Amino acid sequence: MHLGTEGFQDHARQALKDEPLQNALHLLTAEFVPRRVAAMQALGDPEALRTQARAVKEQAIAQLDTYLEQFADNLDKLGAHVHWAHDDAEARDIITSIAQQAGAKVIVKGKSMAAEEIHLNPHLEELGYEVLETDLGEYIIQLAEETPSHIIAPAIHKTRQQIAALLHDKLGDPYTEELTDMTQIARRALRQQFLRADVGITGVNFAIADTGSIVLVTNEGNGRLSSTLPRVHVALMGMEKIVPRLDDLPVMLKVLTNSATGQKISSYVTMITGPRRAHDLDGPEELHVVVMDNGRSNILASENREALYCLRCGACLNVCPIYQNIGGHAYGWVYPGPIGAVLTPLFTGLDTAKHLPRASTLCGACREACPVKINIPHMLLNLRRQSVSRGDASAGEGRLFSLWAWVMRHPGLYRLGLKLARLGQTPFARRGWLGKLPPPFHSWTQSRDFKAVAPQSFRDRWQATLQYEQPSRNGAGGGRHE
Amino acid sequence: MTEPTGRRRPTRVALFITCLGDAFYPQVGEATVRLLHRLGIAVDFPLGQTCCAQPAFNAGFHDQARLVAQRNLTLFADYEYVVVPSGSCTAMIRLFYPDLFAEAPQLHQQAESLAARTYELSEFLLNIVGTDDVGAAFAGKVAYHASCHLQRELGVTEAPRRLISRVAGVEACDAEMSEQCCGFGGTFAVKYPEISSAMLEKKIASLQRAGADTLVSCDAGCLMHIAGRLRRQGMDVRVMHVAELLNAGHNAEEPRHAPGN
Repeated sequence: MHLGTEGFQDHARQALKDEPLQNALHLLTAEFVPRRVAAMQALGDPEALRTQARAVKEQAIAQLDTYLEQFADNLDKLGAHVHWAHDDAEARDIITSIAQQAGAKVIVKGKSMAAEEIHLNPHLEELGYEVLETDLGEYIIQLAEETPSHIIAPAIHKTRQQIAALLHDKLGDPYTEELTDMTQIARRALRQQFLRADVGITGVNFAIADTGSIVLVTNEGNGRLSSTLPRVHVALMGMEKIVPRLDDLPVMLKVLTNSATGQKISSYVTMITGPRRAHDLDGPEELHVVVMDNGRSNILASENREALYCLRCGACLNVCPIYQNIGGHAYGWVYPGPIGAVLTPLFTGLDTAKHLPRASTLCGACREACPVKINIPHMLLNLRRQSVSRGDASAGEGRLFSLWAWVMRHPGLYRLGLKLARLGQTPFARRGWLGKLPPPFHSWTQSRDFKAVAPQSFRDRWQATLQYEQPSRNGAGGGRHE
Repeated sequence: MTEPTGRRRPTRVALFITCLGDAFYPQVGEATVRLLHRLGIAVDFPLGQTCCAQPAFNAGFHDQARLVAQRNLTLFADYEYVVVPSGSCTAMIRLFYPDLFAEAPQLHQQAESLAARTYELSEFLLNIVGTDDVGAAFAGKVAYHASCHLQRELGVTEAPRRLISRVAGVEACDAEMSEQCCGFGGTFAVKYPEISSAMLEKKIASLQRAGADTLVSCDAGCLMHIAGRLRRQGMDVRVMHVAELLNAGHNAEEPRHAPGN
């Protein structure tokens, strides 16, 4: 289960000391980041593509009601069933009743963050269904009884040795650290399950309004197997997954796969347009598409609407210096990293998630990597403001900033403040630095020295001498003046 | 934003020194003034100035931030150019002042006006003054740390690098993580000290790998953070603000070769 968002600081501290995790994260940074950068550059004009992709999402979200209706109408004509889920409970109930009517015992699942969001697996398992993850990373996580720590690489926090031991323990195969052998072990176990499954549940990468198609992007073909072998296919999507036209798909696929894994295209791109038709050789008899709101309408109506543009590519996680250091589990809920720090409070409320928007230096690496240019740092600022205005900040912090504002509005007081700081620091300052600060700033000096206030501030120097200095008359040419 | 504009060369600017610059790095302001003087530009220093209000703004305390920011709208109203030796504080004024006063039309107009007249030092030199060679000399292996707000909010990436590379005697050594955040983030460094320190460790390791003996940046916040750790570790890497480097060879008090000074 998820760690919960309230204990963020403790989780982060533990993660920093977790050596296997740190090694795994180091690999992530070293591999994913340069791969994405090189792939995007190879596209010629990545900026233009990102602008185009953003425009597609802007349009889709601005007229979401129209496109959802069109999407549903087209699905209806194709003979698929459309279900609308207001919240997570309703989505779970809908999927449960589909499984019941199908008389299912075994359910295979393609990777789906939406399913994680509604905690679908534990729910179905409680009701007695055998639920199997078929994405290799998700399968590993399921065997380990954990939750994903990355949007596209769910088991990224595990080292090869940990996974080898897990496969050996859970499946009984001889221990091996050879990647191909490990993959074969998982493949053998999963293939049998595909054939037994009555229902396949997948997510949706894109839902195309003008054709009623759903698009799955995978590298293992498990999405295609999950959606074609079982008699019933259930596709679960957040309602923001819409793109208006089939013509929009090429640019969206391009930015998605290049940003996610640095691939020109993923190994499998599956487009599903309706259930099996009379003359089709394969495909499910029934196709159910569950369109889920679960808080998205509220985001749509808020100043943080662009959070709905997210393609779940994970690029912002890979470049984030916070994520790189603490991994995904510390964030405590389904969506980790920078986009998680925005989505989690939007989905679950600031009550429990107030740490997440604050735990950022606002460095903006996420926005730079985002294939649809989501302005994550500015949304984090929005959330901090909201959080303060609803009273989340400590009384101490509020008083501190009010005092600060009062001093900063009165240059005389500010100057006095500097003087007092200078006096106060005198016994402790050594060659212009302080080894220890008093609370609430003491945490700075746990690992760093702090600069002492200078003996003479700039404004002192200005008033003493600088204001009387003159610009050089021959300086206007720039260049050297020796 | 790399080509000099067709505007006439500025002859007078106002200096916004920033609170960190004023209290902790007065030599940065002094170097800025003398550098601008050498280029024939007169400098005014409105004495009523204090802080840009970013600490409160970033923490979510917008009411308090507004009170402090509003004073700057008036203080700098009459200057054609406001020069700031900080990417972070420039971003606060240029990007967030208009947001802060979005609800008050007259103040908003003043904020937009100030935003359009405010420049970070390196972009001012390259884009407005139109020079990338300010006649400085400094011997050292210099790594540049691109501060986050400068590169990603203001989009200033080339100006500091070009100015640094034209300083006589500088051997530019590119740290592979020059664009990575140092973990300062204002109050972040105090609220999340462990994560902040882990980020800083990686930054410093990349400096070591690059073999730099000097680190240069455009923001005193980053410099203070990085230098604080270098000093704690007793590492012999000089830390300089870009203004100090660009005035090197002309400074009254040249930076000493002391750890984290």
